[in-house]
Amino acid sequence: MSGSINTPLIEVRDLGIRLNTSRGPAQAVRGVSFSLKRGETLGLVGESGCGKSVTALALMGLLPDSAVVSGSIRLDGSELVGLSDANYGKLRGNRISMIFQEPMTALNPMHTIGRQVAEPLRRHTNCSAAEARKEAIALLDRVGLPDAAKRVDAYPHQFSGGQRQRVTIAMALACQPDVLIADEPTTALDVTIQGQILDLIAGLVAERGMSMILISHDLGVIAENVQRMMVMYGGTVVESGATNAVFTRMGHPYTQGLFRARPRLGARKGTRLQTIAGTVPELADLPSGCTFADRCAIVEDRCRMALPAVVDVSAGHGVRCVRTDVSMAEAVGAVGA
Amino acid sequence: MTMLQQTSSPAELPLLDVKDLVQRYTLPRESMFKPAGQVHALNGVTARVMAGRSLGVVGESGSGKSTFARLVMALEQPSSGSVSLMGRDLNRMPAGELRRARRDFQMVFQDPYGSLDPRQTIARIVAEPLTALGRMDRATLRGRVAGVLRQVGLRDADMDKFPHEFSGGQRQRIAIARALITQPKLIVADEPVSALDVSVQAQVLNLLQDLQDQFGLSYILISHDLAVVDYLCDEIAVMYLGRIVEQGSPEDLFAHCAHPYTRALLEAVPRASAGGTRRRRGAQSIASQSTGATGCAYASRCPLADQYCRDTAPALRNVGTAHLAACHHAEAVMALPPAAGG
Repeated sequence: MSGSINTPLIEVRDLGIRLNTSRGPAQAVRGVSFSLKRGETLGLVGESGCGKSVTALALMGLLPDSAVVSGSIRLDGSELVGLSDANYGKLRGNRISMIFQEPMTALNPMHTIGRQVAEPLRRHTNCSAAEARKEAIALLDRVGLPDAAKRVDAYPHQFSGGQRQRVTIAMALACQPDVLIADEPTTALDVTIQGQILDLIAGLVAERGMSMILISHDLGVIAENVQRMMVMYGGTVVESGATNAVFTRMGHPYTQGLFRARPRLGARKGTRLQTIAGTVPELADLPSGCTFADRCAIVEDRCRMALPAVVDVSAGHGVRCVRTDVSMAEAVGAVGA
Repeated sequence: MTMLQQTSSPAELPLLDVKDLVQRYTLPRESMFKPAGQVHALNGVTARVMAGRSLGVVGESGSGKSTFARLVMALEQPSSGSVSLMGRDLNRMPAGELRRARRDFQMVFQDPYGSLDPRQTIARIVAEPLTALGRMDRATLRGRVAGVLRQVGLRDADMDKFPHEFSGGQRQRIAIARALITQPKLIVADEPVSALDVSVQAQVLNLLQDLQDQFGLSYILISHDLAVVDYLCDEIAVMYLGRIVEQGSPEDLFAHCAHPYTRALLEAVPRASAGGTRRRRGAQSIASQSTGATGCAYASRCPLADQYCRDTAPALRNVGTAHLAACHHAEAVMALPPAAGG
């Protein structure tokens, strides 16, 4: 994707994931490639069922046993696809960590938050219980939990949603990971709390030189928080590039549709929202050609023949569409100011 | 399809009239010797909705939005205050009469996966509000169901399917059809689109808009998404800790908001545009609902708060035509440059 001088920290090449669903095997992810250098941030955008969370779980080695993974995922040059569970267990929570969407369910209700934050430390480092507890308090303090020293022995139900998300962030950061994956970290939270949590994550990423993959369905969250972004639909990356480049000139009809469909503050009354016809297809019955073909306004016969190749519309900005000449001529471009 | 600014004469009876609504919940006792604590979920909320108009209610979790919805739907008895629909107090009606009155106000819930019984057919789910009102023969009932399904963009053939055969957006259409079947005057929708994908959310919002134009419905739309209420509502109430802190037309609220909390909400909305960078925000703590503090409830988070704010609670007052705010410094907030929308 981008010609890098120093070696990428994480490099994904032609990742494919086949899942067994109730409706038979489904190709959940096809041909996903990207690389991230230390300190870089990447956003994944898309609706439910587009493959963004499955991609994240593949990076974490958390896919179900029945899933078939093809392609390669390299962390600092070493291959992760096909790594044994025992070896993955040494990476997870240590070099790659994840913040999950639901802070209500990501924490174990039966253990104190102090114990849960200290768990990765106890597992991956040789520190004693007392040291781990001290470190857990420091971490909880760093993520802005008030009175961390007093509340370290409290249980998850004694905290609000925003506070619980802070606890899961502290857990993810405990071992100073190289890669942080945040899967919709603020979807369950209020808009004001969302701002605080995103500020906190951005601050920590900068402070510790981590790479971050931020997954969100909210274009606003992506626009403000990552350097590069990938838009996913039906298991494929339909558009990728620098965040500013994509928001200035959206190339794929799906990206444009997503952008237009959002209700906007201060839009004139009575204007109809532009919708994308149809619904997100199920993974088991994706169309054979372009996955967006059935919902696309400018679809042609050749779109349905084969998966379109990625067209570079500018340096580092790729669009998986055969009709970029049409889509970008009438593009929304910088409408969203 | 422009929304006409109807000038309502004071003599005109509002469809819904909520007066000084207070709701307290008692917490579990923590000590044998101390009185049980109380949560003040609503602290004197007054609002009215005229026929064919829509009221949006925004606020964070814990602000009392959903309690307000439950009280308007007469699902709970308020601690004090009244809810009147077309001049009749819902909480003073005999049970049988209230049951019949329910045909005039229906509700659409947030989660279209949880709000439809997976073991019932769509026909039975949609017909339920009618069958609850009284006996009706099967042919008429199926005719009515087919009618509302068409209105929400589904087909007659969908009647005998089960909820799992539908996508999230279609399920929300079914929930809307169920609310429409009694031909209500008011629909209370609690976060109707927040569980839906962006592309489907737009379809459902357009549908709600079309139904209002077609049937002259009124909505009370509860949402944490400012853009959604801006799209559908004629009037917006911003709630904070059980009180309305600002109320007015979307234009007034979003162009020159008068309460620092509204401004904080507006500024927190991420903008989907090029060159977006994080705007750092100061840490804010959420005040507790159970403390009976004297001054302004927002004072601990407010950048403009002074001693007067902490001592004296501000009353909701006029800061413009049909624009109310509960802030001592409303004029100063309105003078600030607008917090641009996303």
